[in-house]
Amino acid sequence: MAELLLQTSGLRKEFGGLVAVNDVDFTIPQGSIVALIGPNGAGKTTFFNMITGVYKPSAGAVVFADEDITDRPPHFVTERGIGRTFQNIRLFQEMTALENVLVGMHCRLKGGILSSVFGLPRVRREEQQARERAHELLAYCSLEGVEDDYARNLSYGDQRRLEVARALATQPKLLLLDEPTAGMNPQESAEFTAFIHKLRDEEGLTVLLIEHDMKVVMGVSERLTVLDYGEKIAEGTPKEVQSDPRVIEAYLGTGAAAAV
Amino acid sequence: MTAAIGNYWRGVPEWAKRTAALFAFMAVLLIPAWSGSAFRAGRELYLVVAFVALILVGRPLYNAFWRLLESAGVRNGKRRWGRQPRWIRSLPLVSLVVLLLLVVWASGTQPSWTLVILLGIILALFLVPPQLRQYVVPVTVLGIAVAYPILIAENWLWAGSVPIITNPPSMDAMVVVAVYVMMALGLNMVVGYCGLLDLGYVAFFAIGAYCAAWFASPHFARPDINTGLPSIDFNFGGVGVFEGVGGIHISIWLVLLIGACITAVAGVLIGLPTLRLRGDYLAIVTLGFGEMVAQVARNGDEFQLGFNLTNGPPGINPVDSPGFGSWLHEHLGLPNVFRDAFGWWAGPVDSVGDVVDLMYWGALALVLITLFCSIRLRDSRLGRAWIAIREDETAAAAMGVPLMRTKTWSYATGAFFGGVAGVWFASFQQAVFPDTFNFNVSVFVLCMVILGGMGNVWGVIAGASFLAYLNTEGLAEFGGWMNENLLRCGGGQEAGKVISDGCVDIPAVSFGIYGIILVIVMLVRPYGLFPEARRKVEFEHGVHDEYLYDEREHGEHAAGAR
Repeated sequence: MAELLLQTSGLRKEFGGLVAVNDVDFTIPQGSIVALIGPNGAGKTTFFNMITGVYKPSAGAVVFADEDITDRPPHFVTERGIGRTFQNIRLFQEMTALENVLVGMHCRLKGGILSSVFGLPRVRREEQQARERAHELLAYCSLEGVEDDYARNLSYGDQRRLEVARALATQPKLLLLDEPTAGMNPQESAEFTAFIHKLRDEEGLTVLLIEHDMKVVMGVSERLTVLDYGEKIAEGTPKEVQSDPRVIEAYLGTGAAAAV
Repeated sequence: MTAAIGNYWRGVPEWAKRTAALFAFMAVLLIPAWSGSAFRAGRELYLVVAFVALILVGRPLYNAFWRLLESAGVRNGKRRWGRQPRWIRSLPLVSLVVLLLLVVWASGTQPSWTLVILLGIILALFLVPPQLRQYVVPVTVLGIAVAYPILIAENWLWAGSVPIITNPPSMDAMVVVAVYVMMALGLNMVVGYCGLLDLGYVAFFAIGAYCAAWFASPHFARPDINTGLPSIDFNFGGVGVFEGVGGIHISIWLVLLIGACITAVAGVLIGLPTLRLRGDYLAIVTLGFGEMVAQVARNGDEFQLGFNLTNGPPGINPVDSPGFGSWLHEHLGLPNVFRDAFGWWAGPVDSVGDVVDLMYWGALALVLITLFCSIRLRDSRLGRAWIAIREDETAAAAMGVPLMRTKTWSYATGAFFGGVAGVWFASFQQAVFPDTFNFNVSVFVLCMVILGGMGNVWGVIAGASFLAYLNTEGLAEFGGWMNENLLRCGGGQEAGKVISDGCVDIPAVSFGIYGIILVIVMLVRPYGLFPEARRKVEFEHGVHDEYLYDEREHGEHAAGAR
């Protein structure tokens, strides 16, 4: 078994009396593509938010690349190498596509306040290189020609791609994608699936995605984890999970497993 | 008949046709001004209205005029005209300007230099190649600003020939305007760039001013009875200090830096507990801190504090004046001490070069430094992070922007320039009084930022200049003009009454007027007079910054969701 990149143990989140995520143990091997699925309200996004530090877990631990990142703020987690996108697109709407990517590079750049004001050659060079890299990244995500458009004015598909480009700009080891193909048509979804494979194979990224589109999930992921009411009910290869009676019950209702 | 007119115009060259059209248009616009008016102020008022209308809706009016001409048979050779060289296309406008100047000259009145300069700018805008056009206005404004003391001393400005603002702004007012521009630019980094509503900005102005009072005045000359602190006598580059006065006297140039740094540290200290809040909650807490600093200044004497820190309500004076010292004075001819610099100027104008002019030029230099830093920071890695936080805090944090550190930087930078403004203001006034630093100042500076257009440094400068001028002299000028020309003012105006003997005391209702101006601006241009391009988009579409659960309930962000 490959080395583990991310490992959660007993991760738990309570919102008041509601247990959104209940003691989930979860692992992501280095270089794999893992999907997290489950019915609406199963706690998938909450789980994401706990990994990235947006939420503080009520209990449990998150270990990323042999380092405990539980309770660490989001920017720390990002700096360690976890990039993410959001379920509802959260671009910086009134910044250009290029600026969005440049913000993503924030933690990889060094220009401080005084060196920026005095325009030191070091900072100028860094800025120049950052811009070049941002252009390359946008091109890599098929976003040529929209560099100077405000993010708000981009088409829906372009906004989704820009979110990925921005996440890639943080130079992540692990990329978390929260329903990346939501609202895409089948052809776009297929293209996106190919893109995820390309990211893993060419860039050596590990990918964790939340997804509703079963075609995408089955096509892209090597391992699947199913959450229902905050609990992990199944785990394994797509084939195994597909035939798991508890999963069928969670998706189709009681008795459905018997019918299948 | 239409055909006849059309035939008549056929042979006329395009530029002549255009010139005639422009002249006719201006004549139609201006004829009412000379057609005998009942009121003394009627003509001036009409001219002002016409001028404003020309600026706001001049182009559509002119286009409508052309449509009228076209319906009368005059052919509009628009496409052919567009291919003409630029200098030919400028002919109608140039000839109109020349004609206007000739008329003014012939009528015996001295041509108003302001008018000439304004027309010059318009012409320059037309003639300058497009890639340089963006520099025309800043460079012209800077040129006028630098030359302003000379323009005033030579009486080259309008003085009496312009309605409403009968006298051009005095030098004293201009120093205050420059100080406010500095503050507005500083606040813009907090409110405009980072989106943090700060209602206590006056705190930084006050801390800067008191730094000047501590480090450049005889304040610490007396031994302190309560603390047993001995009398201090320390001079490091302070100029114009009398022998044996005592106290700390550091050169104002150094105090500018020291005071600004202390203010920035104060900004960090105030920021650390407050910046965890969002939106309205942040505004309320900053308001509280702003008041606290003013109260400490008011009560910081032996009786209340046990240690004479701020000398209480009487304030601290005299604060030292800036100056270049005797060495630079002897070798380069620079003024030794600004306060004593009468007749320092060796140029053709005798009355230029006294303390106010020097303070003005100093303030102008500081404004330029602030402006430079503003622009550099905006385009830097840090500025991008600020704008990202303004757009969406959660996403910014997820992209690796450390929220607290970045916000604190914005607060400290804003405070830094507030401190610079405070030091210069104290040195200009040669005194510091706690009552100067009330809540009104915070609101006033915020109004400047909002009026001008948050985030856009040029808009902020325009807004700050306009409001600061209104507050110093503009409203008094306007009131005087109105009493003289529009109202039946008998001259028996009583102090302290808004309306007396037919006169209205306009400065007495100044804050009402600012309120009205703000309301109108918010209705007509909700994003300010000169909005930042991206801001405009934001206002038109709204921001969707939804807070996630933890940010509402725990830890960093106790502020509520919308």
